[in-house]
Amino acid sequence: MEPIVIEGTPKTPTVRFDANEGVFMLEGRSIPENSVEFYKPLVDWLDNYKESPLEKTVVEVKLEYFNTSSSKCILDVFKKFEVIHKAKNAVEVKWYYEEDDEDMLEAGEDYESIIRIPFEMIEIVE
Amino acid sequence: MSFSVENFFNKLQTDDIIFSYKGDISSDVINYVLDSVEKKTEELNDPSKTRKKVYNVLVESLQNLYHHVDVVPKDFEDQSSARFGLIVIHRNDKGYLITAGNFISVRKIAELKEKIVKINNSSPEEIKELYKHILHHQEISDKGGGGLGLVDIARKTGNRLEYEFIEYDAKYFFFTLIIKIDSIKVLKSKSLK
Repeated sequence: MEPIVIEGTPKTPTVRFDANEGVFMLEGRSIPENSVEFYKPLVDWLDNYKESPLEKTVVEVKLEYFNTSSSKCILDVFKKFEVIHKAKNAVEVKWYYEEDDEDMLEAGEDYESIIRIPFEMIEIVE
Repeated sequence: MSFSVENFFNKLQTDDIIFSYKGDISSDVINYVLDSVEKKTEELNDPSKTRKKVYNVLVESLQNLYHHVDVVPKDFEDQSSARFGLIVIHRNDKGYLITAGNFISVRKIAELKEKIVKINNSSPEEIKELYKHILHHQEISDKGGGGLGLVDIARKTGNRLEYEFIEYDAKYFFFTLIIKIDSIKVLKSKSLK
Protein backbone atom coordinates (compact mmCIF):
# COMPACT_ATOMS: atom_id res chain seq x y z
CA MET A 1 0.00 0.00 0.00
CA GLU A 2 1.34 3.41 -0.98
CA PRO A 3 2.08 5.53 2.08
CA ILE A 4 0.46 8.91 2.48
CA VAL A 5 2.92 11.68 3.26
CA ILE A 6 1.85 15.32 3.59
CA GLU A 7 4.20 18.13 4.53
CA GLY A 8 2.90 20.45 7.22
CA THR A 9 1.93 24.07 6.59
CA PRO A 10 1.12 26.84 9.12
CA LYS A 11 -2.51 25.68 8.97
CA THR A 12 -2.32 21.97 8.28
CA PRO A 13 -0.42 19.18 10.02
CA THR A 14 2.38 16.94 8.83
CA VAL A 15 0.88 13.56 8.11
CA ARG A 16 2.56 10.24 7.57
CA PHE A 17 0.57 7.03 7.28
CA ASP A 18 2.96 4.30 6.22
CA ALA A 19 1.94 0.68 6.64
CA ASN A 20 5.32 -0.62 5.43
CA GLU A 21 7.21 1.28 8.10
CA GLY A 22 4.44 1.00 10.68
CA VAL A 23 4.23 4.77 11.11
CA PHE A 24 0.94 6.58 11.66
CA MET A 25 1.57 10.17 12.61
CA LEU A 26 -0.23 13.49 12.74
CA GLU A 27 1.83 16.45 13.92
CA GLY A 28 1.66 20.24 14.04
CA ARG A 29 -1.25 22.62 13.56
CA SER A 30 -4.62 21.73 12.16
CA ILE A 31 -6.56 24.96 11.70
CA PRO A 32 -7.68 25.10 8.05
CA GLU A 33 -10.96 26.76 7.10
CA ASN A 34 -12.01 23.65 5.20
CA SER A 35 -10.92 20.67 7.23
CA VAL A 36 -13.05 18.18 5.36
CA GLU A 37 -11.06 18.81 2.20
CA PHE A 38 -7.79 18.13 4.04
CA TYR A 39 -8.90 15.02 5.93
CA LYS A 40 -10.88 13.27 3.20
CA PRO A 41 -7.79 11.59 1.62
CA LEU A 42 -6.67 10.35 5.04
CA VAL A 43 -10.04 8.82 5.79
CA ASP A 44 -10.10 7.21 2.33
CA TRP A 45 -6.58 5.84 2.83
CA LEU A 46 -7.63 4.30 6.16
CA ASP A 47 -10.64 2.71 4.47
CA ASN A 48 -8.19 0.75 2.35
CA TYR A 49 -5.76 0.11 5.18
CA LYS A 50 -8.43 -1.42 7.38
CA GLU A 51 -8.82 -4.29 4.89
CA SER A 52 -5.37 -5.62 5.77
CA PRO A 53 -3.94 -3.76 8.76
CA LEU A 54 -0.75 -4.52 10.65
CA GLU A 55 -0.95 -6.75 13.70
CA LYS A 56 -0.36 -3.66 15.77
CA THR A 57 -1.05 -0.07 14.73
CA VAL A 58 0.37 2.72 16.86
CA VAL A 59 -1.03 6.17 16.07
CA GLU A 60 1.00 9.14 17.21
CA VAL A 61 -0.80 12.48 17.52
CA LYS A 62 1.31 15.52 18.36
CA LEU A 63 -0.88 18.53 17.74
CA GLU A 64 -0.04 22.02 18.86
CA TYR A 65 -3.37 23.54 17.86
CA PHE A 66 -6.49 22.29 16.20
CA ASN A 67 -9.73 24.08 15.39
CA THR A 68 -13.25 22.80 15.96
CA SER A 69 -13.79 21.91 12.32
CA SER A 70 -10.67 19.71 12.46
CA SER A 71 -11.89 18.16 15.70
CA LYS A 72 -14.70 16.41 13.85
CA CYS A 73 -12.39 15.23 11.09
CA ILE A 74 -9.90 13.90 13.63
CA LEU A 75 -12.76 11.99 15.21
CA ASP A 76 -13.51 10.49 11.79
CA VAL A 77 -9.88 9.39 11.51
CA PHE A 78 -10.04 7.77 14.94
CA LYS A 79 -13.30 6.05 13.99
CA LYS A 80 -11.47 4.29 11.17
CA PHE A 81 -8.82 3.07 13.61
CA GLU A 82 -11.62 1.97 15.93
CA VAL A 83 -13.00 -0.29 13.20
CA ILE A 84 -9.56 -1.88 12.90
CA HIS A 85 -9.43 -2.35 16.66
CA LYS A 86 -12.92 -3.89 16.71
CA ALA A 87 -11.77 -6.43 14.12
CA LYS A 88 -9.38 -7.78 16.77
CA ASN A 89 -6.23 -5.96 15.69
CA ALA A 90 -4.10 -4.12 18.23
CA VAL A 91 -4.45 -0.34 17.96
CA GLU A 92 -3.07 2.25 20.31
CA VAL A 93 -3.11 6.04 20.27
CA LYS A 94 -0.26 8.02 21.74
CA TRP A 95 -1.64 11.49 22.39
CA TYR A 96 1.12 14.04 23.03
CA TYR A 97 0.56 17.39 24.72
CA GLU A 98 2.95 20.10 25.75
CA GLU A 99 3.71 20.66 29.40
CA ASP A 100 0.94 22.77 31.02
CA ASP A 101 -1.32 22.51 28.00
CA GLU A 102 -4.33 21.21 29.89
CA ASP A 103 -6.63 22.08 27.00
CA MET A 104 -4.77 19.67 24.71
CA LEU A 105 -4.76 16.98 27.39
CA GLU A 106 -8.52 17.42 27.84
CA ALA A 107 -9.03 17.23 24.08
CA GLY A 108 -7.24 13.87 24.10
CA GLU A 109 -9.42 12.72 26.97
CA ASP A 110 -12.53 13.71 25.00
CA TYR A 111 -11.51 11.38 22.19
CA GLU A 112 -10.53 8.67 24.63
CA SER A 113 -14.06 8.77 26.08
CA ILE A 114 -15.74 8.59 22.65
CA ILE A 115 -13.49 6.15 20.82
CA ARG A 116 -12.96 2.59 22.02
CA ILE A 117 -9.21 2.39 21.53
CA PRO A 118 -6.58 2.51 24.30
CA PHE A 119 -5.04 5.98 24.61
CA GLU A 120 -1.78 6.88 26.21
CA MET A 121 -1.41 10.54 27.24
CA ILE A 122 2.18 11.69 26.97
CA GLU A 123 3.37 15.02 28.30
CA ILE A 124 6.17 16.65 26.33
CA VAL A 125 8.48 18.30 28.83
CA GLU A 126 10.61 21.08 27.37
CA MET B 1 -29.24 58.03 13.53
CA SER B 2 -28.52 54.45 12.70
CA PHE B 3 -25.65 52.41 14.07
CA SER B 4 -22.24 53.24 12.59
CA VAL B 5 -19.63 50.47 12.37
CA GLU B 6 -16.99 53.15 11.86
CA ASN B 7 -17.84 54.87 15.16
CA PHE B 8 -18.08 51.58 16.97
CA PHE B 9 -14.65 50.53 15.65
CA ASN B 10 -13.10 53.91 16.48
CA LYS B 11 -14.38 53.82 20.03
CA LEU B 12 -12.58 50.53 20.54
CA GLN B 13 -9.20 52.13 19.73
CA THR B 14 -8.07 52.62 23.32
CA ASP B 15 -4.59 52.54 24.87
CA ASP B 16 -4.64 48.87 25.77
CA ILE B 17 -5.30 47.72 22.21
CA ILE B 18 -2.81 45.27 20.72
CA PHE B 19 -4.50 44.51 17.41
CA SER B 20 -7.41 45.68 15.32
CA TYR B 21 -8.75 44.96 11.88
CA LYS B 22 -11.93 45.56 9.98
CA GLY B 23 -12.71 44.51 6.45
CA ASP B 24 -12.89 41.33 4.44
CA ILE B 25 -12.32 38.15 6.44
CA SER B 26 -10.64 35.98 3.82
CA SER B 27 -8.44 32.97 4.41
CA ASP B 28 -5.36 35.15 3.80
CA VAL B 29 -6.58 37.76 6.27
CA ILE B 30 -7.04 35.04 8.88
CA ASN B 31 -3.43 33.94 8.33
CA TYR B 32 -2.26 37.51 8.67
CA VAL B 33 -4.23 38.15 11.88
CA LEU B 34 -3.10 34.90 13.50
CA ASP B 35 0.51 35.51 12.56
CA SER B 36 0.52 39.12 13.81
CA VAL B 37 -1.17 38.31 17.10
CA GLU B 38 1.01 35.28 17.73
CA LYS B 39 4.13 37.42 17.32
CA LYS B 40 2.66 40.12 19.51
CA THR B 41 1.80 37.76 22.38
CA GLU B 42 5.32 36.34 22.20
CA GLU B 43 6.82 39.84 22.39
CA LEU B 44 4.61 40.57 25.39
CA ASN B 45 6.08 37.53 27.11
CA ASP B 46 2.79 36.09 28.25
CA PRO B 47 2.91 32.53 29.65
CA SER B 48 2.52 29.91 26.91
CA LYS B 49 -0.75 28.77 28.47
CA THR B 50 -2.28 32.21 27.96
CA ARG B 51 -0.83 32.58 24.47
CA LYS B 52 -2.28 29.24 23.43
CA LYS B 53 -5.72 30.12 24.73
CA VAL B 54 -5.63 33.45 22.90
CA TYR B 55 -4.55 31.72 19.70
CA ASN B 56 -7.20 29.02 19.94
CA VAL B 57 -9.99 31.46 20.71
CA LEU B 58 -8.86 33.77 17.93
CA VAL B 59 -8.90 30.92 15.38
CA GLU B 60 -12.47 30.07 16.34
CA SER B 61 -13.63 33.71 16.33
CA LEU B 62 -12.12 34.38 12.91
CA GLN B 63 -13.41 31.19 11.40
CA ASN B 64 -16.87 31.86 12.84
CA LEU B 65 -16.75 35.12 10.91
CA TYR B 66 -15.38 33.39 7.82
CA HIS B 67 -18.11 30.76 7.75
CA HIS B 68 -21.12 32.61 9.06
CA VAL B 69 -21.15 36.31 8.18
CA ASP B 70 -24.01 37.62 6.10
CA VAL B 71 -23.57 39.88 3.08
CA VAL B 72 -23.41 43.50 4.17
CA PRO B 73 -26.42 45.84 3.99
CA LYS B 74 -26.76 47.63 0.62
CA ASP B 75 -26.06 51.08 2.06
CA PHE B 76 -22.98 49.98 4.05
CA GLU B 77 -19.76 51.86 3.24
CA ASP B 78 -17.69 48.76 2.53
CA GLN B 79 -19.33 46.88 -0.35
CA SER B 80 -16.13 45.25 -1.57
CA SER B 81 -15.73 42.80 1.31
CA ALA B 82 -17.28 39.44 0.56
CA ARG B 83 -17.21 38.65 4.26
CA PHE B 84 -17.15 41.80 6.32
CA GLY B 85 -16.11 41.53 9.93
CA LEU B 86 -14.06 43.25 12.58
CA ILE B 87 -11.72 41.93 15.19
CA VAL B 88 -10.18 43.97 17.99
CA ILE B 89 -7.92 42.69 20.76
CA HIS B 90 -7.26 44.45 24.05
CA ARG B 91 -4.85 43.36 26.72
CA ASN B 92 -4.48 44.60 30.27
CA ASP B 93 -3.35 43.12 33.59
CA LYS B 94 -6.58 41.12 33.90
CA GLY B 95 -6.06 39.39 30.59
CA TYR B 96 -7.25 39.63 27.02
CA LEU B 97 -10.50 40.88 25.50
CA ILE B 98 -11.29 39.80 21.96
CA THR B 99 -14.13 41.69 20.28
CA ALA B 100 -15.56 40.28 17.06
CA GLY B 101 -18.28 42.01 15.07
CA ASN B 102 -20.33 41.24 11.99
CA PHE B 103 -23.67 41.89 10.33
CA ILE B 104 -26.39 39.37 10.89
CA SER B 105 -29.73 39.23 9.15
CA VAL B 106 -32.70 39.61 11.48
CA ARG B 107 -34.05 36.13 10.82
CA LYS B 108 -30.88 34.44 12.13
CA ILE B 109 -30.74 36.28 15.45
CA ALA B 110 -33.05 34.04 17.47
CA GLU B 111 -31.08 30.88 16.68
CA LEU B 112 -27.70 32.41 17.50
CA LYS B 113 -29.01 33.99 20.68
CA GLU B 114 -30.46 30.69 21.80
CA LYS B 115 -27.08 29.00 21.34
CA ILE B 116 -25.27 31.66 23.36
CA VAL B 117 -27.84 31.71 26.16
CA LYS B 118 -27.65 27.93 26.44
CA ILE B 119 -23.86 28.09 26.74
CA ASN B 120 -23.98 30.93 29.26
CA ASN B 121 -26.46 29.04 31.43
CA SER B 122 -24.27 25.96 31.53
CA SER B 123 -21.71 24.98 34.15
CA PRO B 124 -18.14 24.17 32.99
CA GLU B 125 -18.97 20.47 33.33
CA GLU B 126 -22.11 20.88 31.21
CA ILE B 127 -20.16 22.82 28.58
CA LYS B 128 -17.64 20.00 28.36
CA GLU B 129 -20.46 17.47 27.89
CA LEU B 130 -22.15 19.73 25.33
CA TYR B 131 -18.89 19.93 23.38
CA LYS B 132 -18.50 16.17 23.37
CA HIS B 133 -22.11 15.69 22.39
CA ILE B 134 -21.88 18.00 19.39
CA LEU B 135 -18.52 16.52 18.41
CA HIS B 136 -19.88 13.01 18.53
CA HIS B 137 -23.35 13.44 17.11
CA GLN B 138 -23.41 16.20 14.56
CA GLU B 139 -22.54 15.87 10.94
CA ILE B 140 -19.55 17.74 9.60
CA SER B 141 -20.32 20.44 7.11
CA ASP B 142 -18.04 22.75 5.17
CA LYS B 143 -19.08 25.43 7.61
CA GLY B 144 -17.82 23.62 10.67
CA GLY B 145 -20.40 22.30 12.98
CA GLY B 146 -23.38 23.21 15.03
CA GLY B 147 -21.91 26.08 17.00
CA LEU B 148 -19.03 23.98 18.26
CA GLY B 149 -16.82 27.05 17.91
CA LEU B 150 -18.75 29.03 20.51
CA VAL B 151 -18.86 26.07 22.88
CA ASP B 152 -15.11 25.64 22.47
CA ILE B 153 -14.50 29.34 23.20
CA ALA B 154 -16.60 29.15 26.37
CA ARG B 155 -14.87 25.96 27.44
CA LYS B 156 -11.33 27.19 26.88
CA THR B 157 -11.86 30.58 28.52
CA GLY B 158 -14.12 29.42 31.35
CA ASN B 159 -15.98 32.71 30.95
CA ARG B 160 -19.45 33.67 29.82
CA LEU B 161 -19.83 34.95 26.28
CA GLU B 162 -20.69 38.64 26.29
CA TYR B 163 -22.68 39.70 23.29
CA GLU B 164 -24.91 42.36 21.82
CA PHE B 165 -27.22 42.65 18.84
CA ILE B 166 -27.35 46.27 17.73
CA GLU B 167 -30.08 47.32 15.31
CA TYR B 168 -28.79 48.58 11.96
CA ASP B 169 -31.92 48.68 9.83
CA ALA B 170 -35.09 46.66 9.28
CA LYS B 171 -33.17 43.70 7.84
CA TYR B 172 -29.85 43.77 9.67
CA PHE B 173 -28.36 43.90 13.14
CA PHE B 174 -24.69 44.20 14.03
CA PHE B 175 -23.61 41.32 16.24
CA THR B 176 -20.71 41.78 18.65
CA LEU B 177 -19.13 39.05 20.70
CA ILE B 178 -16.74 39.91 23.50
CA ILE B 179 -14.51 37.11 24.72
CA LYS B 180 -12.56 37.37 27.95
CA ILE B 181 -9.39 35.36 28.48
CA ASP B 182 -8.16 35.71 32.04
CA SER B 183 -4.50 36.22 32.79
CA ILE B 184 -2.86 33.48 34.86
CA LYS B 185 -3.02 35.79 37.88
CA VAL B 186 -6.78 36.19 37.57
CA LEU B 187 -7.19 32.46 36.95
CA LYS B 188 -5.28 31.65 40.13
CA SER B 189 -7.30 34.04 42.25
CA LYS B 190 -10.50 32.51 40.84
CA SER B 191 -9.42 29.00 41.71
CA LEU B 192 -8.72 30.07 45.30
CA LYS B 193 -12.32 31.16 45.77
